[in-house]
Amino acid sequence: MNTTEIGYNSKIEGNVVHTRIDNAVSWFRKNSIWPMPMGLACCGIELMAAGASRYDISRFGSEVMRFSPRQSDVMIVAGTVTYKMAIAVRRIYEQMPEPKWVIAMGACASSGGMYRSYATLQGVDRILPVDVYVSGCPPRPEALLEALMKLQDKISKELHIKDKKPARDRGLVLS
Amino acid sequence: MAELKNIEISDSAVRSAEALDELQDLQGEKMTLNMGPSHPATHGVLRLSLELDGEIISKADPEIGYLHRGDEKIAENMTYNQFIPYTDRLDYLAPLANNVAYALAVEKLLGVDDKLPERCKFIRVICCELARVSAHLLGLGAFAMDVGALTVFLHTFNEREKIYNLIEALTGARFTTTYTRIGGLSRDLPEGWTEELSKFTKEVSEAIEEADKLLTRNKIFIDRTKGVGVITREEAIDFGLTGPNLRGSNIEYDLRKAHPYLVYDQLDFDIPYGEVGDCYDRYLIRMEEMRQSVRILDQCIAKLPNGPVNLDDGKIVMPHKQKVLSSMEELIHQFMLVTQGQNAPAGEVYFGAENPKGELGFYIFSKGGGVPHRMKIRAPSFVNLSILSHKLPGHMMSDIVAILGSLDFVMGECDR
Amino acid sequence: MTAKQLAKKIQSQFKEITSDPVEFRDELTIDIADAKQISVVCHFAKEHLDFDYLVDLCSIDNDDETPRWTVVYHIYSYKHFKHLRLKVHVSEEDSKLPTVTNVWRTANWHEREVFDMMGIDFIGHPDLRRILMWEGYPYHPLRKDFPLAGKSSDMPDVAFTDPVPLEGGPFVTSPGNKDSADREPRVRNPE
Repeated sequence: MNTTEIGYNSKIEGNVVHTRIDNAVSWFRKNSIWPMPMGLACCGIELMAAGASRYDISRFGSEVMRFSPRQSDVMIVAGTVTYKMAIAVRRIYEQMPEPKWVIAMGACASSGGMYRSYATLQGVDRILPVDVYVSGCPPRPEALLEALMKLQDKISKELHIKDKKPARDRGLVLS
Repeated sequence: MAELKNIEISDSAVRSAEALDELQDLQGEKMTLNMGPSHPATHGVLRLSLELDGEIISKADPEIGYLHRGDEKIAENMTYNQFIPYTDRLDYLAPLANNVAYALAVEKLLGVDDKLPERCKFIRVICCELARVSAHLLGLGAFAMDVGALTVFLHTFNEREKIYNLIEALTGARFTTTYTRIGGLSRDLPEGWTEELSKFTKEVSEAIEEADKLLTRNKIFIDRTKGVGVITREEAIDFGLTGPNLRGSNIEYDLRKAHPYLVYDQLDFDIPYGEVGDCYDRYLIRMEEMRQSVRILDQCIAKLPNGPVNLDDGKIVMPHKQKVLSSMEELIHQFMLVTQGQNAPAGEVYFGAENPKGELGFYIFSKGGGVPHRMKIRAPSFVNLSILSHKLPGHMMSDIVAILGSLDFVMGECDR
Repeated sequence: MTAKQLAKKIQSQFKEITSDPVEFRDELTIDIADAKQISVVCHFAKEHLDFDYLVDLCSIDNDDETPRWTVVYHIYSYKHFKHLRLKVHVSEEDSKLPTVTNVWRTANWHEREVFDMMGIDFIGHPDLRRILMWEGYPYHPLRKDFPLAGKSSDMPDVAFTDPVPLEGGPFVTSPGNKDSADREPRVRNPE
């Protein structure tokens, strides 16, 4: 068996990419964020519009709307969260596997919005950690896509290896 | 054209009843199943507590209120104009129609509903019908998606985007429109808008026929809907159903014909109504209503008169900004409207409008002044859903999505 | 038959307890003095005058006036195409009246809503539970003495509520001659 191929081989140049495992994992992750569409109110319609033909969320790898929390990565809270719904939202969030993210879509989910009343939770961030807030009542589908890109940026900077230390700090990379 | 073949399909309710007979001796323990509040077929946050006997529902208890935001309480703390944005978010599939219904209710209280300028009335009819088409398109798409035909949803959403473009040009927002004001509209039609609208009516007619081809004679769709969820005439009236759900049960009643408001008495349109009252009938009615709405839109474009869109009454409609800055009287009117609102007389009115989902009514109890003492919103979805606990038992588990889709409800309106 | 004739028929049937019909904006309202009789009146209206459709049922909190509650019934006849409004008054001590679910089944959810939002009981209702708020919520939010901002409550594993901050916007307006700081009270953040 010939073992000299380990060194430089001009035949496979361009077909092999060297990268760090962290970067590779974030690249995989950020291009297939499956949403859990928590369509609660009006924003849910814009969420549907973002998924439908014109705005086509699948360009960002997020067309796989999973109504089962166990199969999803990002929860898009679209709409007014009432106190009656709050525990259910929280329960669904807890059923999502790690790593998981949350987008608060619209004024109601971000802050309670125009519903300052006895029945409305004043922002979903009181019960969940939110990664991206989208303004608007409701936000346009473009705004949701922008939020998705923001989240992709965030994911690409996250560290995924167990001890959460950059490779540089662990002395594995020289330069 | 070749003659269409009549397709005979046995009644699926009968089939499930037969299945029930066969299962009698196999019946064992009943299972409790919780459907929702986050479930794709519940169109929002409806929750159903079901008791199942095998696949057959023996008890259903709808649980609502997951989107109760306190609209009626908020209304008591606001002047009449300030509440208009909240009406957008009742039936958020047809905000323009809600705006119109609310404005008409308050105008009835103020006693000016018959003094509105003609142009305003025509534009409001256009708003209502545009909203009806857009709501039915979504209702239809979601219904078809629930019973397994995703394609229709993508087609209808394409048309909805065109409606959104029109609405955006008209009001500045895609669907939280806040377009009407008490005594008029926030602005007149933009230039060239009616041409765009007539272009759209042609396109949407084609799209409706396309959806019709995809569904109306589709074997799977017919199988899932025909004979399922039959609501009899008596049940429909007893449970207070309104809109397409009422008309599906062989009752020819539409507020636009029975108690014409705006200019519906000058327009030529038909009211479709069903025979059996099953899911398929309700589907057919929505299809036909869209065609009729397109007809109304075309007539409105042809008949649209020129003139002002707002009532000429400084105590009700906000004066033009230019005049506020230059004239004392208008300045006072503007100040009074902003600080106190319209000075409504003491009294009570109920106004119901034929919305896409049914009769949307506003009951306003006023003790005088700019704020209602009590405002009750009679939401069609709330009433239409109350039939579920009566209707679902006896059906198969998989029929639930068909029945829910055909009832076409919106939780924002149901819970308020 | 006109709405007036229908109203007259109800009035002649129940002379002692009904008032003259009041007309406002072409709508007729009949006051019924004895709340206990409401189901009888409704039954008569449905069976003999064809008022087969209960459009709406709601309640009004009269605040500091007595009697405190008013329950309003909007009824409609598909035969005559006419609306009619019936009103009964219920005192705060009493806070109960007979149900009309046996007349129109649609009254079921409407009455549950009135019970939930105002706390008025309906005697004979088959399933009187809260409908919009959850079972165990301690208040009745549409009462006038309940603030828009809400009150705190907590039911572990079911739901919790907190009073809402009203700062930063005119979420409440009470018109009048007072200045805007009084008319639009906002909870301001301490400076």
